[in-house]
Amino acid sequence: MQEILAAVSEWLLPLLIAGIMITGFAKRIPIYNTFVDGAKSGFGTAIRLIPHLIAMMVAVSVFRASGAMGYLIQWLEPVLHFLHIPPEVAPMGLLRPISGMGSLALMTDIFKTHGPDSWLGQLASTMQAASDTTLYVVTVYFGSVGIRKMRYALKVGLLADLASVIGSVLAVYILLGPMPK
Amino acid sequence: MIDFIWLLLFCAGLVTAVFTGKVGAVSEAVLGGAESGVELAIGLVSVIAFWLGIMNIAEKAGLVEILARWLRPIGRFLYPSVPPDHPAMGSILANMSANILGLGNAATPLGLKAMQELQTLNEDKETASDAMCTLLAINTASITLIPTTVIAVRMQYGSAHPTSVVSTTLLATTIGTIAAVILDRLFRRWSKRRR
Repeated sequence: MQEILAAVSEWLLPLLIAGIMITGFAKRIPIYNTFVDGAKSGFGTAIRLIPHLIAMMVAVSVFRASGAMGYLIQWLEPVLHFLHIPPEVAPMGLLRPISGMGSLALMTDIFKTHGPDSWLGQLASTMQAASDTTLYVVTVYFGSVGIRKMRYALKVGLLADLASVIGSVLAVYILLGPMPK
Repeated sequence: MIDFIWLLLFCAGLVTAVFTGKVGAVSEAVLGGAESGVELAIGLVSVIAFWLGIMNIAEKAGLVEILARWLRPIGRFLYPSVPPDHPAMGSILANMSANILGLGNAATPLGLKAMQELQTLNEDKETASDAMCTLLAINTASITLIPTTVIAVRMQYGSAHPTSVVSTTLLATTIGTIAAVILDRLFRRWSKRRR
């Protein structure tokens, strides 16, 4: 089961890329130039991330180096134990709905300490990928059409984020097995 | 909100450092953090550029429209208050398709277009309609097939299998989205009862 899934993961990306190229070619699109056109904007996108990443990386590094992160994890331990969430990823789960850049900074932090291919590294990756920044989505979407009363939307969004965290833990447990001791 | 979180992270760290006597480590963390922020962004250039290139082909080839056609029955189930032939349904499905393909840049404008068209169906222009709340719930949990940014960061930190998280992400986002849809329905029922 696990080997099949690993193979699916490995093959999915190249096959998807090939599929997109072939579809484009079949539809008589100048695929090479279309690719270059799209890729051009990649540089700008990455550069635009720099200020956000610096801001968040500094705050997160200070929070961790001072030992504050350790205290937070210790404090949350009983609840996390009940939900089977490893305490190391808890700060990420808390930050994910508020700031995508902040949780990305915490994810790279886990990569540095435990490695991207470790069980925790894969869980952190899944958590980062599994949800969107709720606060941003709610503000931008409702703001764009002038909605003032958002009813239960924020509550549902935040509860769905909690469900995504639990879903990530569950997915990693099911596909990779329990956390190695 | 973001101002508060940023300040909190920094000041909580500083206060703790005073008690743990790690003020020196904090100064180092400031410079080190800034440096890794730049490193991370520069490292992301290659994968982001490649992916935006491929996705530009996908967009021009009409893959979003193809996927949106497949999702039509799901759309009818999720948005019973939106007439199936209304332009709002088209934008909703296009937004969902772009999210699934990991086309973050395309998903947001399509989602905003869906909001505008839902607003034309909305009776009270200042209060969110049922369909708007559902659109939000699904967008915050969003099913993802290819988590592009995460794969890029994994590559940068020397992962031997950067794409190994595709299967876990797909399962996790499916669980999250189902939970979001159920929560949305529950809260909708409760809000109706209260009126």
